Amino acid sequence: MRKQNKEPLFHITKRKELPLAKVWLVRLGAIVAALIVCAIVTTAMTGLDPFSVFGTMIDGAIGTERKTWILFKELAILLSVALALTPAFKMKFWNLGGEGQILIGAWATALCMIYMGDVIPSGLLILICFVAAVICGAIWAMIPAFFKAKWNTNETLFTLMMNYVAIQLVAYFVIIWEVPKGSGKVGIINQQTMAGWMPYVGTNSYLLVILCVAVLTAAMFVYLKYSKQGYEISVVGESKRTASYVGIKVDRVIIRTLLLSGAICGLTGWLIVSGIDHTITTTLAGGRGFLGIMVSWLAQFNVIAMIFASLLIVFLEQGAGEISTSFGLNQSFADILTGIILFFIIGCEFFINYKVHMRKRSGKEEA
Amino acid sequence: MQYGALWLEKRRKRPSCDRRIWRQGSGVEKNMERKVLIRLTNRQVAVSMRNVTKTFGTVKANDNVSLDIYRGEILSLLGENGSGKTTLMNMLSGIYYPDGGEIYINGEPAAIHSPKEAFGYGIGMIHQHFKLVDVFTAAENIVLGLKEEGRLDLKKAAEKIRDICEMYEFDIDPQQKIYNMSVSQKQTVEIVKVLYRGADILILDEPTAVLTPQETEKLFAVLRNMKEAGKTVVIITHKLHEVLAISDRVAVLRKGAFIGEMVTAETNEQEMTNMMVGRMVKLDIRRPEPVDPKPRIKVEGLTVKSADGILKLDDVSFTANSGEILGIAGISGCGQKELLEAIAGLQPVESGTIDYIDDQGTPDSLIGKDPIRIAAMGVALSFVPEDRLGMGLVGNMDLTDNMMLRSFRKGKSFFTDRKTPRKLAEKVVDELEISTSSLSTSVRKLSGGNVQKVLVGREIASSPTVLLSAYIVRGLDINSSYTIYDLLNQQKEKGVAVIYVGEDLDVLMELSDRILVLCGGKVSGIVDGRKADKNQIGMMMTTLGGGDSDAQTE
Repeated sequence: MRKQNKEPLFHITKRKELPLAKVWLVRLGAIVAALIVCAIVTTAMTGLDPFSVFGTMIDGAIGTERKTWILFKELAILLSVALALTPAFKMKFWNLGGEGQILIGAWATALCMIYMGDVIPSGLLILICFVAAVICGAIWAMIPAFFKAKWNTNETLFTLMMNYVAIQLVAYFVIIWEVPKGSGKVGIINQQTMAGWMPYVGTNSYLLVILCVAVLTAAMFVYLKYSKQGYEISVVGESKRTASYVGIKVDRVIIRTLLLSGAICGLTGWLIVSGIDHTITTTLAGGRGFLGIMVSWLAQFNVIAMIFASLLIVFLEQGAGEISTSFGLNQSFADILTGIILFFIIGCEFFINYKVHMRKRSGKEEA
Repeated sequence: MQYGALWLEKRRKRPSCDRRIWRQGSGVEKNMERKVLIRLTNRQVAVSMRNVTKTFGTVKANDNVSLDIYRGEILSLLGENGSGKTTLMNMLSGIYYPDGGEIYINGEPAAIHSPKEAFGYGIGMIHQHFKLVDVFTAAENIVLGLKEEGRLDLKKAAEKIRDICEMYEFDIDPQQKIYNMSVSQKQTVEIVKVLYRGADILILDEPTAVLTPQETEKLFAVLRNMKEAGKTVVIITHKLHEVLAISDRVAVLRKGAFIGEMVTAETNEQEMTNMMVGRMVKLDIRRPEPVDPKPRIKVEGLTVKSADGILKLDDVSFTANSGEILGIAGISGCGQKELLEAIAGLQPVESGTIDYIDDQGTPDSLIGKDPIRIAAMGVALSFVPEDRLGMGLVGNMDLTDNMMLRSFRKGKSFFTDRKTPRKLAEKVVDELEISTSSLSTSVRKLSGGNVQKVLVGREIASSPTVLLSAYIVRGLDINSSYTIYDLLNQQKEKGVAVIYVGEDLDVLMELSDRILVLCGGKVSGIVDGRKADKNQIGMMMTTLGGGDSDAQTE
């Protein structure tokens, strides 16, 4: 056997808790490091001046008032999805079906807007759309939850498959609803009457959506932190055995929580259709059902931290989009930059929790 | 000055203490010391660890430990749980790499990066939790992971295994599957696995924890055989009588630091305990007389099957009285867990009855009721389960949130009330002397003893009439264990029916008024705790009725 008499190059030990100031220093360092790497990659790959690229990125996200509003709108929608998924993930239920639940909520909203647009006053229609979207989203999430609770089926695959069912369902209805015939698009629903459209607050079309999500954020914060149900979710998530030991009915909590999770996803679908897009496509959720998972985990299920996590991701996305258009680079390059920044931000958590010891180069020390 | 501090002080005054053997106490006889020294200079140092340090986060698991292991000896590494015994040995067997200090093997500096390299140095460790593939045979498990030249030749391997077995009088069949083996056979496979790889320094981590007294005796005979054959054995333990029974030398660790080493023949239990704990400890457990015992829980013909249909309890009948501690003995996995969980309403029952008898003498069935419904019946039943952080508590929650696990449903409000549980947490921390930085520390960060105090404190707080406990002192140091024994006795004196599932027979016999012995899910007998004989209980654990008719069954 080969015997090495060398100390390993480095080894890793768990750190004691770092003071908060130092934690943020590490995070700040990570962002700086990420920007440096981004700069090198940009210059090496495109020959562009990295500072003008960064400048464009900031410009793209908050350069004009309109862009800032778009940023906040996107932030609100992403945050809403993250809030929806958090109770499920906190319970360690892998709800990968956010995408489908949003879509089905959107579908229910569009359905009501199209068939009841001329019959019912707009105010009431909005309310009906809301209820329909919430119920449909909840049902969509409850189906896998029920199977999980009753027969312990794998929720990851089940929720994922429910996404495809939702997409196909919407695809089918898009053909039925398409305007004009043969275009393959639904077009703006109730363009003339604006029936079922969420009203503008003042002249701003997004403000109401943003306010809705703000209320939702506060409610979710209180629910998870101070309610008995929120407490049950934490216990079930930490240990199902502890939960049944103290008499919590685990099956019931799983179904109840997924009803909530799906309902808020459905609500997000309603916000998108009734408040923003006023139309429906199969790609309406746009991957937010998955991005929301990332936000939720990145924030470690802390509702307040989720606001900042969503902001970071939306900011990067909007900024990256701007780079690709104004420099004539393709979208992939923007994605590379986003990837690098996220890698550093998530990766720095390792250095907050662990310490790396390098081999001492001074050779053998005699004690 | 504390006992241990005094001891360290003495060590520091003598500069070349490492290779010497120290006797503690004021009257050190110079002659004896010299004799010991002569005896040891004839011996060869196999392993020597110098100033070895290992840190995990804030915890210094080993702090500047220097230890010598001599060829052909049996060394006991003694210390309480969490004193760093296993960590120290894990660094020898290549699982951890030390943060500081040196290891010398046969005088040469050595760096051990992996268990494989440890085998290269002839060091093999038998871990507390067996690392075997259940569906493989003994031989397959033993050769697993070895990279030998040429084709895999199981026949040749089996032959070599038989040779080893013959040499040390092991009793295993290389072709037998692991899942058909008893715990002690599995342990033997682990030992053979290490010998097969040519180890001549064997480290055993608490090998007797899972064995009956008879199996322990057998293991010790094997270890003596190995010593005769020139092997070096290190046995990690916290049981004093085992140290005395098997080892030549004993080294004591406390809180990660090396406290001292002695020739076993020249020490005694009290001295070792004092070194282990750092101060004088009384080793007796109080056993008050039962207080007005009346039947409280009556179990009859209880049969329980596990989720996959295996019979776990078979026709179990007994009565637990109020004001009495009923001990339950048995080798691990013979139905203790299922029995307690069945009473607590967590385990579906095949057949039989469990009745709770209230103060008026009226029985009420507990069968088919979950913990909530049992509580709704007005039965104050507390349960301290075996798996503290996996079942009794939530590790990532703080003390307050753990206190409200039982009571959070109270009241109609949609929101939780954290004021009452916080007061309870304050009270428990105060009364049971739990050391924690604050009430908002997550329970996982507390030490084992404090975790258990949180759990027991919460369970006792509801003033129960029945207290079920499973391995309530497992992993606790001596101090915490005695605090817990006291708490159980206090409950008993309050008239609570205490059911105590334990693994240490000595403690069971000192604490319990009556002992129910389980064997393979059946009642092997119920004996009087004051008259019980350890060997008899040991026999009853392995054979129904103990192989003779001495056991008094009710």
